[in-house]
Amino acid sequence: MKTDVIIIGGGLMGSSTALQLAMRGMHCTIVEKESPGRHASGVNAGGLRQLNRNPAEIPLTVEAAKMWRNIESLVDSDCDARFPGQLRVAENSDDLDLLEQRAALLHSLGYRHEEMIGRKELYQLAPALAPHCVGALICREDGYARPFHALTAFRHKARSLGVEYRVNTIVDGIEREAGNWRITTRKGEFQAPVLVNCAGGWAGQIAASLGEPVPLKPAAPMLMVTERLPHFIEPVIGSASRKLSFKQMQNGTLLVGGAHLASLDFHKEKSEIKWPKLAVSARSIMALFPQLKDVRIVRVWAGIEAFMPDNLPVICKSSTAEDAYHAFGFSAHGFQLSPLIGRILAELIVDGTSNFPIEPFNITRF
Amino acid sequence: MKENYPLVIIGAGPAGLAAATVAADHGVEVALLDEQPAPGGQIFRGIEAAPDERADKLGPEYLRGEKLVSAFRNSSARYYPDTKVWSLSEQRDIGVIHQQQAHMISAEQVLIANGAFERPVPFPGWTLPGVMNAGAGQILFKGSGIVPADGVVLAGSGPLLLLLAWQYLRAGVRVKAVLDTISRGNYIKALPKLPSALLVHHHITQGLRYQQTLRLAGVELHNGIRDLQAHGAESLESISYRHKGSNHTLETDSLMIHFGIIPNIHLSQAAGCDHFWHKRQQCWRPELDEWGSSSVKGILIAGDGGGIGGARTAEHAGRIAAFRVLYNLGVMNQQEMHLEAKQDRKWMKADLRIRPFLEKLFRIPESMLRVPHDDTIVCRCEEVTAREIRAAIADGHSDSNQVKFYTRCGMGPCQGRQCSQAVAHIVADQTSIPLQQSTQFRIRPPLKPLTLGQLASLYPDETE
Ligand SMILES: Cc1cc2nc3c(=O)[nH]c(=O)nc-3n(C[C@H](O)[C@H](O)[C@H](O)COP(=O)(O)OP(=O)(O)OC[C@H]3O[C@@H](n4cnc5c(N)ncnc54)[C@H](O)[C@@H]3O)c2cc1C
Ligand SMILES: Cc1cc2nc3c(=O)[nH]c(=O)nc-3n(C[C@H](O)[C@H](O)[C@H](O)COP(=O)(O)OP(=O)(O)OC[C@H]3O[C@@H](n4cnc5c(N)ncnc54)[C@H](O)[C@@H]3O)c2cc1C
Repeated sequence: MKTDVIIIGGGLMGSSTALQLAMRGMHCTIVEKESPGRHASGVNAGGLRQLNRNPAEIPLTVEAAKMWRNIESLVDSDCDARFPGQLRVAENSDDLDLLEQRAALLHSLGYRHEEMIGRKELYQLAPALAPHCVGALICREDGYARPFHALTAFRHKARSLGVEYRVNTIVDGIEREAGNWRITTRKGEFQAPVLVNCAGGWAGQIAASLGEPVPLKPAAPMLMVTERLPHFIEPVIGSASRKLSFKQMQNGTLLVGGAHLASLDFHKEKSEIKWPKLAVSARSIMALFPQLKDVRIVRVWAGIEAFMPDNLPVICKSSTAEDAYHAFGFSAHGFQLSPLIGRILAELIVDGTSNFPIEPFNITRF
Repeated sequence: MKENYPLVIIGAGPAGLAAATVAADHGVEVALLDEQPAPGGQIFRGIEAAPDERADKLGPEYLRGEKLVSAFRNSSARYYPDTKVWSLSEQRDIGVIHQQQAHMISAEQVLIANGAFERPVPFPGWTLPGVMNAGAGQILFKGSGIVPADGVVLAGSGPLLLLLAWQYLRAGVRVKAVLDTISRGNYIKALPKLPSALLVHHHITQGLRYQQTLRLAGVELHNGIRDLQAHGAESLESISYRHKGSNHTLETDSLMIHFGIIPNIHLSQAAGCDHFWHKRQQCWRPELDEWGSSSVKGILIAGDGGGIGGARTAEHAGRIAAFRVLYNLGVMNQQEMHLEAKQDRKWMKADLRIRPFLEKLFRIPESMLRVPHDDTIVCRCEEVTAREIRAAIADGHSDSNQVKFYTRCGMGPCQGRQCSQAVAHIVADQTSIPLQQSTQFRIRPPLKPLTLGQLASLYPDETE
């Protein structure tokens, strides 16, 4: 089969890239080893967070936030996105110092989307919070969406513009031949002049086969969700000194993350929950919301994500192969960036250069 | 409760009780965990409490149960009632809640003996108050003498349905009708299996005799009914069904349903054991060898949780698995293990002869399992209808887990226990991918309710 661009991986990065390329008139085929959204893109926490990003990511996250505000114009669905703000709560003066330093850093870079708020405003925004907190860093524009719905909306829109999804199809061979990429799978061969690596936790294997190995580490962050409760909190709650991200979803359930990792057998794609770490998360909740003691946990899971040593993604043209591109290694915060990543890759592929500062994400940095 | 045991058994029904007794009698330290307040499992529930009255109802089976429980009580096995297992890992870490307190214990060998539950079959109106599983009806009746005040209709298929109808009749409850999905075809297919079934004078064949009794008492008893529906605004007011080509309606505020029983596989799924679709029993079962060993090292399964075989088979399978555990723990050598298991194997083989007959006779029509009416709620927790599921499949979500992600079907507190089968049938029907090749819901702990506070109390020394 011949196409303009072959994209390996049908998660959000692959789907967003295909969508943007299709909008520019190119024909794309996505080759996905399982089903779209089977991995990180379908099972993540849906956090749309600019708060506390690495400075290198700030220009990207700010633009992505604008795209999310307007996501319906891009994918014909609001992806159930809400923007009640995200907070990092300070529980003592050390926490407060940490957050103030962060706010100062951001302001020195010329950004204003993160700001400090005092105790009074904190309790106006989150009256349910335990009384000992002293202030918070806030990004008022932040929020969350429903990941699998977002992925489905991207997929639908991409398909309506002619993008083809080949599901349950594993890429097992990549060859360059006379200016063409030849991709072999057990379900046939694909050929295209351009190749994009959006293979998430598996992207390291693809990069290696292009002759540029990367120190990508697949890992499985855990999440838990509780029974439904009457609405009692609007913003997403994080903490200055605890690994915690806590929000009440559209349907009333509480979604709790904290970047604690499950143990992962990557080869078998099997993760096993690490209860000791979830117990720590539960204690963090007890500290901030003791009234939730008797709330029932309904489900706990983990999803496979690509982590880089510096927790920054790889977004670039290949340094070794002609007409090959990478977007992977989002280190558990790629959901928010995903609409923009497609645009950046489309710019790179079609125009040869991107309007965004992506030098920090070059594969040659390792 | 200790942190580690050589053997932990989950479930104090015939399988778990028999296994625990054997293991304890061979000097192994064994902990038997069960969420019920007393030993006995599903069939011998509360057997120690009301012996005389129960003896009458259960007859010779009761004696078996009593013997099992008293042998267990006299053994050195540690028994933990009111203890729920909420997680089981491949490494045999076992999350339990005992006296409201969460614990994490571990075991060198785990025997899952958690039994079966009634097959959920969604049909229009099945979530209305007034519609109840026959098993639950029986527990109310046996446990607290509660019966439907204004008469009852029983519908579905399987020995329990007839048994409950008979029990109600004896208790003076007006049985308005017994509507069985068994068709003539089922009888014809089951007939060749009858001779070997009759070789065992099985207590279950008794159920078939109940039919006679019910008929003689003037109970309306129809076979081959289709298109069962429950109607009512707030709660059940009437039911309708098709029989011999015409539609019928019956007024009732109580409907007991039963569509056979299927293994409880949440624990074995959580532990990562391999499962397969069993065509004859119309359910998933764990892959087990002749000893009950699963595909995961150190995890064995006995009783109805490993495939429906009934109470006697459960007891034999429990003992056979216990001999294997004794071998695995180095208490017995191979020869002793084989020798010890011989008698149980023989009895179990004989007891199982009735199964092919029962499976053919009480086979649930596939047309019911794939939830033909679009308005039927499939997932009670998240209120997802068959229409939404079919729409999701048409939209390209072509396996159970994608349907779950997209519709939230199976994401509620019951963990998909009530809807996973129906979703699998609908997916198989819509995609033409046979059930044998289909995927099941990936199972997510906790398998039993665990609160944030209980989780917070675990591993107090662990830090960020
Ligand atoms: C539990 C969890 C919580 C998270 N929470 C957030 C959050 O709140 N906010 C946020 O911004 N981000 C979050 N993230 C991160 C975010 O989900 C990811 O960064 C993002 O989804 C990555 O998208 P992707 O398309 O690169 O990866 P994926 O969605 O993993 O897609 C990669 C795809 O490639 C396919 N593939 C791999 N190899 C091959 C091959 N050889 N052939 C064919 N196909 C192949 C895979 O099957 C997979 O579907 C979270 C991640 C996890 C795991
Ligand atoms: C509703 C129903 C009604 C039945 N009625 C009859 C009948 O009338 N006549 C007949 O011959 N057979 C009947 N059976 C079948 C019979 O009960 C079984 O064949 C027999 O009990 C199987 O024994 P077992 O040891 O495998 O499991 P069970 O006897 O079912 O015992 C399993 C035990 O495991 C416990 N358990 C399960 N999960 C957990 C967990 N996560 N944590 C802690 N404990 C757990 C349960 O509390 C239960 O006590 C019925 C079955 C059901 C489901």
